Parts: sequence; C-alpha cells; structure tokens
Amino acid sequence: MTIKHHLSDELLMAYAAADLPEAFNLVIAAHLSLCDECRARSMAFDALGGAVIEDSTCEMDEGSLAACLARIDGLAQVETAAPRRADAVLPAPLLDYVGGGLDRVKWRAVGMGVRQAILPTGDKGASARLLYIPGGAAMPDHGHRGLELTLVLQGAFRDEADRFGRGDIEIADASVEHTPVAEAGMDCICLAATQGSLKFNALLPRLAQPFFRI
Amino acid sequence: MARRQCMMFDAMSPEKPDALVPPQLYAGRGAAADRKRGNLRLAADAEQTDWSALVFRVRDHQDRTAFAALFRHFAPRVKAFLMKSGASEALAEECAQDVMATLWQKAKLFDAERASVATWVFTIARNRRIDALRKSRRPEPEDLPWGPEPEPDQAEVFEAQQETERLGAALSQLPLKQRALIERAYFGDLSHSEIAAETGLPLGTIKSRIRLALDRLRQQMDVKATER
Repeated sequence: MTIKHHLSDELLMAYAAADLPEAFNLVIAAHLSLCDECRARSMAFDALGGAVIEDSTCEMDEGSLAACLARIDGLAQVETAAPRRADAVLPAPLLDYVGGGLDRVKWRAVGMGVRQAILPTGDKGASARLLYIPGGAAMPDHGHRGLELTLVLQGAFRDEADRFGRGDIEIADASVEHTPVAEAGMDCICLAATQGSLKFNALLPRLAQPFFRI
Repeated sequence: MARRQCMMFDAMSPEKPDALVPPQLYAGRGAAADRKRGNLRLAADAEQTDWSALVFRVRDHQDRTAFAALFRHFAPRVKAFLMKSGASEALAEECAQDVMATLWQKAKLFDAERASVATWVFTIARNRRIDALRKSRRPEPEDLPWGPEPEPDQAEVFEAQQETERLGAALSQLPLKQRALIERAYFGDLSHSEIAAETGLPLGTIKSRIRLALDRLRQQMDVKATER
C-alpha cells in the first residue's frame, strides 16, 4: 500500500499530547494503524513527551513510596497485551467503535446513493462517521466550518486537487470547498471526523442536513 | 495540501492568543536555574542509571528495590506533569502512584528498543490524565504484529534512552518562549495555532531510526511468513 497523504506534525503532536476531540483521535489512530511513516513520526512525538516529563519535578507526599510499595504487593503483572481484531477494511480502533467488522455497520441512506453511519464519540468537539460512496458517485458539494479529517478505507476518491486511496488522509478546513467524487469501480468507504457540522452549497442537501446530521 | 495543513489549526482554535500566558509568567521565577539543575541531574542520572535495566528487574524478578529507584525518579516527574496539566496536588499525587503501579503491572509490555523508560512513563501518564481529567477518549492504533523482544538489542535500548536525553538537551537549548510552547502543548494547555511547525528539535533523526527499525522488522516478519 502506498500512502501519499499523511498527518501533519501539528496533528501528531496534539495526538501525542491527547489534546484533540475524540473523533479526531479516532481518525488518527486508524491512520496510524495503516501508515508506518506516520506511526514512526507519532512515536517521535511520544519521545518528545518523554523528554518533557523528564524536565520538571516536584515533591511527593511523605510516605508516598511506602504506599505504592504496599499497593504493588501481590499485584499481578500483565503477561501480554490483549489481542485486538481488525478486518480487511476496518483497522482495530474502528472495530471498537462499530462493535464488530464492516458487516456490523448500521448504514443509513443520505441520498444520491451515499450512506453514512455516525459513530458514538463522547465529547462535542467533533463528530465521526463512516461514509459509503458508490463508485463514480459524488459527495454533495460542501465546505467546512472547521477542521475535517477524511481517511480512505476502501476504494478511492478525487477532488479538484488530488487523489486519495486506502490509507490516505485528507486534511481540510474552512478555506476548502470541494466536490469529492468516488472513483469508478470499487465503492469508496471513508472515515470522516468533522469539527462542527458541514455546510452544503446546494439548497436541498442543506435542508436535509438537520435530519441526517451530516 | 500544504495550504490546507498550515491553515487548519487557525481554523480550529481561534481563541487563546499567545499573549495571554507570557512565557516568563508560565515558567515562573528562577526557572532558568531550575532547568540548569535539572539538566545536571539528568546528566548524572544518565551516567549512573540504566532505567531500562531497572524495568527488566521489575519484569523478571518483581524486584522492589529496582521499583523503588524507578519510583524516586519518575513519580515526582509524573506528579509535576499532571499538576501542570491542571490536576490538583492531591489528584496528581494519587495519579502518579497509579502510573507507577501501572509500570509494575505492565513491565512485560515495555519495549525498550522502541521507547525509553521516560517515553513509556509519559504515555502511561498521558493516558491516566485522560481518565482523570475526562477530556476525551484517545483510541490507540493497532498493535504492531510483534511484541517486545525478551532479549532486546542493547545498542537499540541505549539508542532509545539516548534519544530522550538528546531531545531533553535540545529542548533546554530552545529559546524560552519556544520551549514553553512545546511544554504547554504536552500539558494540554495550548491552542494548536501556537504550535510552531519548525521547532528545530531533532525529531527527524528519531523518525528515520524508528522507520528503519519498522522496515527491518517488517522484513523479518515477511521472512518468517515465507518460511512457514
């Protein structure tokens, strides 16, 4: 797999610092599962966190060490990490949200052959959803009010500027107005996280927006 | 794409201008002196202490003396980190103990070729902070298809620890404002537009080293797969 579109340093650093809404964390974790390049960069940002934590210190409470020693007394050590499942399309972090593989996704039609499934995320900063776009079909023309990350999981889409295939991540913001079109052939499945909600340019989809929560 | 990427954080967090927290206020009085002492202490630690070896003793022998040494060094640092992240002193104390107990529990999962002990402790502390301050969930990427080696390559282990130290040294040489920026990012106290894209830190070296290691491991995995 050749991934051409990667995460930015700003996003990787914010992910290392756990300083992003959950929906963005999910897209980043899914991309890192597919992209060794960004995983290596992500680990470099963890190392920077290690350097930051080394850098300042303070006093522990009296008896702190003794209390902790008492606590680990007889505490069992974990032998191996719990195995996590993935399927051919959905990386492990997504399976946790879907509650199973691709066959478990609860799709809802949103018009023009496009389907979506909103994923449950805890905080309000951004929302995450899976999108299913039939090969050759267009997403409704839309701009963004805030940051939007789109990760391709199957097939590919193109917008005015680029092509995005499996593993590629598109980073768009309020300044980007585009019309992504799924490539002819295999249906395109994406994971998207959006800050706020999308604004559509055509009248009808705009009216439909409150109902479908796009 | 470059345009999109450099614009996005401005769009994301227009609030919190840098001027709200002057670096000198953030760093506090005598911070420069503290830092200097901190670096000397770090240098002394590096000469005397092989933190990975102590974790291995915890892993292999449930060695409480090794654990106590790790605790004395890392627990106060975790506590300071959590307090700077907005936790009260009492909460930070409790969570620092949790983090150290987790280190004991998960010693077998520590991969010394991939991360220094400081880096590993940071990731545990970060996750504990998420639970404690309930900011948001942070899904983890898929595990790599190989776990820690039982007998890690000493050169790789040394490299991982050296990198944290090199990063620390590079961090301490940054201008105060830039350094405060990075630290605040890790304390979860920064609007993203403030994070400079070019920090001048030697991240590229680590990145290529980890990348090389990943490539090599992937190749090994392929060889093993064809042998079967």
